[in-house]
Amino acid sequence: MIRLFRKAPDSGRPRRLTASVLRHNPADPASAPHWQDFVVEEAEGMTLFIALNEIRATQDPSLQFDFVCRAGICGSCAMLIDGRPGLACRTLTRDLGERFTLAPLPFFELIGDLSVNTGKWLRGTAERLRTWVHAAGRPDLDALEERMAPELAEAIYELDRCIECGCCVAGCGTAQMRPDFIGAIGLNKIARFRLDPRDTRSDEDFYELIGDDDGVFGCMSLLGCHDVCPKQLPLQTQIAFLRRRMAALGF
Amino acid sequence: MEIIHTDVLVIGGGLAGLRAALAARQRGHEVVVLSLVPAKRSHSAAAQGGMQASLGNSAKGAGDDEDVHFADTVRGSDWGADQEVARMFVHVAPKAVRELAAWGVPWNRVRSGPNDAIIDGRKVSIDEPAAAHGLITARDFGGTRKWRTCYVSDGTGHAMLYVVGDRAVAEGIAVHERMEAVSLIHDGARCHGAIVRRLTDGRLFAYVARATCIATGGFGRIYKVSTNAVINEGIGAAIALDTGVVPLANMEAVQFHPTAIFPAGILVTEGCRGDGGLLRDAAAHRFMPDYEPEKKELASRDVVARRMEAHIRAGHGATSRWGEHLWLDITLLGERHIAGRLREVKEICQHFLGIDPARQWIPVRPAQHYSMGGIRTDALGRAYGLDGLFACGEAACWDLHGFNRLGGNSVAETVVAGMIVGEAIADFCASERGELTVSTALIRAAHDRAAAEFAGLAAGLGAESAAPLLARMQSIMTERVGIVRHGDALQSAVDELQQLILRSRRLGLRSSRPGANPELTAAWRLQKMLKLAQCVAAGALQRTESRGAHYREDYPRRDDAGWLKRTLARWPAADATQPEIGYEALDVRRMELPPGWRGYGARDAIEHPDTAPRQAEIERLRAELAGAGRDALQDALLPFRHRLPPQLRGANARLGDPA
Ligand SMILES: Cc1cc2nc3c(=O)[nH]c(=O)nc-3n(C[C@H](O)[C@H](O)[C@H](O)COP(=O)(O)OP(=O)(O)OC[C@H]3O[C@@H](n4cnc5c(N)ncnc54)[C@H](O)[C@@H]3O)c2cc1C
Ligand code: SF4
Ligand code: SF4
Ligand code: FES
Repeated sequence: MIRLFRKAPDSGRPRRLTASVLRHNPADPASAPHWQDFVVEEAEGMTLFIALNEIRATQDPSLQFDFVCRAGICGSCAMLIDGRPGLACRTLTRDLGERFTLAPLPFFELIGDLSVNTGKWLRGTAERLRTWVHAAGRPDLDALEERMAPELAEAIYELDRCIECGCCVAGCGTAQMRPDFIGAIGLNKIARFRLDPRDTRSDEDFYELIGDDDGVFGCMSLLGCHDVCPKQLPLQTQIAFLRRRMAALGF
Repeated sequence: MEIIHTDVLVIGGGLAGLRAALAARQRGHEVVVLSLVPAKRSHSAAAQGGMQASLGNSAKGAGDDEDVHFADTVRGSDWGADQEVARMFVHVAPKAVRELAAWGVPWNRVRSGPNDAIIDGRKVSIDEPAAAHGLITARDFGGTRKWRTCYVSDGTGHAMLYVVGDRAVAEGIAVHERMEAVSLIHDGARCHGAIVRRLTDGRLFAYVARATCIATGGFGRIYKVSTNAVINEGIGAAIALDTGVVPLANMEAVQFHPTAIFPAGILVTEGCRGDGGLLRDAAAHRFMPDYEPEKKELASRDVVARRMEAHIRAGHGATSRWGEHLWLDITLLGERHIAGRLREVKEICQHFLGIDPARQWIPVRPAQHYSMGGIRTDALGRAYGLDGLFACGEAACWDLHGFNRLGGNSVAETVVAGMIVGEAIADFCASERGELTVSTALIRAAHDRAAAEFAGLAAGLGAESAAPLLARMQSIMTERVGIVRHGDALQSAVDELQQLILRSRRLGLRSSRPGANPELTAAWRLQKMLKLAQCVAAGALQRTESRGAHYREDYPRRDDAGWLKRTLARWPAADATQPEIGYEALDVRRMELPPGWRGYGARDAIEHPDTAPRQAEIERLRAELAGAGRDALQDALLPFRHRLPPQLRGANARLGDPA
């Protein structure tokens, strides 16, 4: 027999959930950050995407939040859920208590309520770390492609899976103290391009980008990042490896 | 009024927009890209399964080439596609995959030696030749005669979008995020840019450009259940429609994907079936072979989706508290395969259903997935009706897909069209016609009109509110303009949509929050979406035949004699409640592949009078040019190479080409 859905915590009457949302509208000089409670009736299979949209449609049309794919793919909807960074769209309410808190990701510029400007930070990081394959010349589009070992292609994809959600940065102690810290997301990107033979940059080049306290040496290896990454990227091993490589170059 | 000048304005930061932007940038033009969200969060990132290109590297792709890809695409389209465009596309697709490979996309590669696979429910071993080791591999997808879909696990769109997005950063292309184009600046003949609203504070800007390109993706959100992202509301297509002179083509051609998880509508990729997954009913019976003995689960999407709905209507659906569904069984693929190649699927099942797809079946039912229709353009992406306006990607009707798109042909279209249309944009900017000649009065008028529209809505005291009207529209579309259509239901949909359009002009807002106001944004978009929905419904009502994804119960046959034509919907009067619908005939005498049977689905089309003569002519040409080589024959049947930018004309190398 196939069991379809996880068992509801309590069959019978649906729960009444209280979402406590940290609200603030920086565009409004009169606004100050404050908690506001919203009550919704839980439905089977309800996610925070469904709950927040219901709140906006029926209770407060001005509530701000960001969803795009609503499938855990695009990285738009990261927020603090009961204080912990996570993707709201794929958080089922049945995994939360009757009362829970929602707050915007720290570290990033606040747009309003649960919406933060990750895009601006990520563009800056891409420019700073030059997160593209550096190769000479234009490829010959008519010729057979360069070969690559299947295992290597898979290993690169493993690191390429980052969805730039920002959870790791929100969960990182260093980032809270150092506004220019590149975070696990940045370190993982360097590891990804380092692994890619199509990128001609050397370890010395990468050292230029991350060989300081805003880069790999600022990381305290407390691994808040690793535990909250929704894509379960191997941040722990990658950061440790990069540290060893970069330390060997630096001294 | 703040004015921003640029050579090229690209509206949309998904794969199509970014690739077109890169092409124009590489030719030295200044480009600004607009996006509702950070570019890498565009819906292109959600493409899981892969991208079609006839590399023919893997054993199951051996013998593949442009000709096979072309025929599959045209058959898939149910002969609705523009065959010149299809030829251009299949020729450039291998180049696009190879360019992306050089830029860093970690395409899965051929592993030489025996490889386990599941075909038709059975375990088989596929022997990959040593010569192909390390080249880009491909998987099976519906409606294709070869394994042609190149992939990166099941995160293909993500990997592609990140590479192209970072390339745009490398080229210094500005991406203005959280910006929404709300109208085009035009004088009825020439487009000069767009009026753009900043979503974070509601301010309006005028972007003035020599060339404007709309690449805003699909409009799935006019339906209740859709695999599309919540931002896929079709505003780009709607602002083109608002000009009154630019037509939207084939809006009734809407694709439903067979395997959206039930009831949330989140997609699990066609790769599940391509890799060997099966569809089962309430009795655990594998039903597709009963209907489609040849292609089974891998017939084209329109056919599979229809068979599934019919099977449910015949009483074979599994029941749940939300209604009926069927099962997708990928347990036979095994844990390792699923963890490696179908990883997103595994995550989606875990997080949204709480099941492990290696052990449990996935509840699925077809859901709206793709918009074949869109802004009508020519083969170079130039929109009908306005000079200086271009479109590409899902927002456009370039007409590669006709009435049904093959899986894997869409992300391929985004980059291929980006490469071709981006060059056409650059050519236009370099030409005399590309000079900027706009008057400030015209810009001012466009700006003031948009400002008045928003102010009017914000001050509106009407009794209607947007959320219920939106929900009503979505229900009408899913229930009456869905997979199986009928004249009566379509007529009632058109009538009720007219009522909704009238009601949407009497909105009242509840909030007047300064800065960004999601309610105002939603109210404004509702009016645009209703127009799109009406174009779909009216087009579907008038098309009294069945073709590809457009299936009429009351007209079940494909009618080439009467309907081998493209629908063009225009909306000239702002206060109208229906579009003006016209048609554009497809010319059978210029087809390389005249209409016939698709190889799956029904076999009862009403023949076009030109089909037989054209078929005879093709046979004569083939006989006459038997020794003259492939290129000469191609030029006689359907010349296309001259339409491509020079650097995209070369022959594509394949393994085993004669040296
Ligand atoms: C779940 C899913 C899976 C898919 N899988 C596959 C697959 O495996 N293979 C395949 O070939 N195809 C697949 N497709 C289809 C394919 O992904 C899309 O057709 C394609 O990615 C569309 O790309 P695009 O660049 O045209 O649009 P999008 O990627 O949707 O980008 C649209 C852009 O326009 C912007 N925009 C929209 N409106 C405005 C506005 N008014 N002003 C400013 N900016 C605006 C958005 O912010 C965004 O940047 C899939 C589709 C879905 C829904
Ligand atoms: S290990 Fe700690 S300091 Fe380093 S990136 Fe992760 S969370 Fe930040
Ligand atoms: S590394 Fe993980 S947590 Fe950090 S941005 Fe990427 S996906 Fe998110
Ligand atoms: S909305 Fe895309 S990850 Fe949550």
